[in-house]
Amino acid sequence: MEMVKVENLAFEYIRRDEEGNVESINRAIDGVNLDVKKGDFIAVLGANGSGKSTLAKHINAILYPTEGTVWVNGLNTSEEQNIWEIRRSAGMVFQNPDNQIVATVVEEDVGFGPENLGVPTDEIWQRVEKSLEAVNMLEHRDKSPNKLSGGQKQRVAIAGIMAMKPECIVLDEPTAMLDPDGRNDVISTIHKLNQQDNITVILITHHMSEVINADKVFVMNKGQVVLQGSPREIFSEVDKLKSYRLDVPQVTELAYELRKAGLDIPKGILYVEELVEALGKIKR
Amino acid sequence: MINLQIVFDNINYVYSSGTAFEQYALKDINLKISKGEFIGLIGHTGSGKSTLIQHMNGLIKASSGGIYYEGQNIYDSNYSMRELRSKVGLVFQYPEHQLFETTVFKDVCFGPKNLGLDKLEVELRAYEALKMVGIGEDLLDASPFELSGGQKRRVAIAGILAMRPEVLILDEPTAGLDPMGRDEILGQVANLHKEKGLTVILVTHSMEDVAKYVDRILVMNKGNLVMDQETRKVFARYKELEEMYLAAPQVTYITNELKAKGLDINTDATTVAEAKEDILKYINN
Repeated sequence: MEMVKVENLAFEYIRRDEEGNVESINRAIDGVNLDVKKGDFIAVLGANGSGKSTLAKHINAILYPTEGTVWVNGLNTSEEQNIWEIRRSAGMVFQNPDNQIVATVVEEDVGFGPENLGVPTDEIWQRVEKSLEAVNMLEHRDKSPNKLSGGQKQRVAIAGIMAMKPECIVLDEPTAMLDPDGRNDVISTIHKLNQQDNITVILITHHMSEVINADKVFVMNKGQVVLQGSPREIFSEVDKLKSYRLDVPQVTELAYELRKAGLDIPKGILYVEELVEALGKIKR
Repeated sequence: MINLQIVFDNINYVYSSGTAFEQYALKDINLKISKGEFIGLIGHTGSGKSTLIQHMNGLIKASSGGIYYEGQNIYDSNYSMRELRSKVGLVFQYPEHQLFETTVFKDVCFGPKNLGLDKLEVELRAYEALKMVGIGEDLLDASPFELSGGQKRRVAIAGILAMRPEVLILDEPTAGLDPMGRDEILGQVANLHKEKGLTVILVTHSMEDVAKYVDRILVMNKGNLVMDQETRKVFARYKELEEMYLAAPQVTYITNELKAKGLDINTDATTVAEAKEDILKYINN
């Protein structure tokens, strides 16, 4: 069974004036179909305003489709009785770490979710400990969140979701406000959760270097999925990505430019070592 | 020495001075910035970057040491901080959170209006500033809250430019923007630098952006200014940068790996275009 299935999804932001008459309609998502298998690591790329975040909010049942259907773990997000189960099974991490931390002590923040689910106290503490360990933040359990760096706060937010025992985590630009070091910590943490705990990951990002290890990449433009495939397939389309206001990692761009200049270099290079090896083979 | 614009003379900034929690946010900073420079400021979170730039327009007062703007000590009792702040424009992180007016145009007018200028001059400057950041006339009457992330960011920067600063300091101006939006904003800043001779200080986590635009890099680590050199010289020290949780642009690693494999290649490229040239030069040689 798919973790997430999106079928013919359309969503319109409707703006109304004071009398309730429609002023404008913005079709933020326009006919999206998407399947995410259990245990997959999925990345969604797209420019500002391409509909990525709107899509993410459908997976967490924060928004409901204007047209089409979204299923999470087999549950239709449009049916009200499913909402709590959907939000437990697909947790969401947002861009700004300061907006999603509620408690004054790290461990209490992580316990907030399971407490709201009515989990018995003993088990809450077990889950808190296990979740903080999974994101490598156990040693900070007694600290105040405002003493943490941005990357550490994001990992606490991820632990807070892990404590609800989700099957899936949706991350909406989780690294946009972090420095390179914090960014690496967050990305390696979610890869670890994906591999060790088989958590399905849906990562929305602007940082091209973060998606090279994903199983599958979806590219959105103007509310539609315009490209999908493995990172290597996606990053072979340098010109297309640029036309969608996106970019490729520097190594991919350099390989692409050298290939254009006539060198014998394979398409869609993602890693420094690959390019170094390809260049090493070229005879002078 | 005639062009010296900002001078930091042994600046220290201490938190909780005299207590057990005493901590140096800035330690013995000496720094000279000339008119028209384009400088990058990098450092790990908590390294003191933000504290440093807030000293430049007097938002934070140093615990000891002196700061000179065009030769004048900004801590002199008769020095006008107000004037300093109109000359040294500081664009904070996520400046769009500070937009508040009902229209784009009014928002940009707010700064120059507070300088006490007459209405005509205020509006003239607002038009000019919006044009500089590429916001068209069709958006002047729009609510700032209807704009896209990149547009909002540019309106916020225009609000600072309308004060006609001589120095523009940008703290993470591209965070959260898509790659094209990032290039648009930095491209416009680079133009302002070139055409108006504006001094620009760019604080960023993106080494690729730094490599592409700036001539000189300042590296902060634990409150110390640990490097102050031209761009390629700083990135050549990438191993030291890594110890400070920083890095060089990806291309620097490519050329260094090639060199390590025994290829006789130039390793100081910091942008894709430079690396391409160096690699082709090596291959065709």
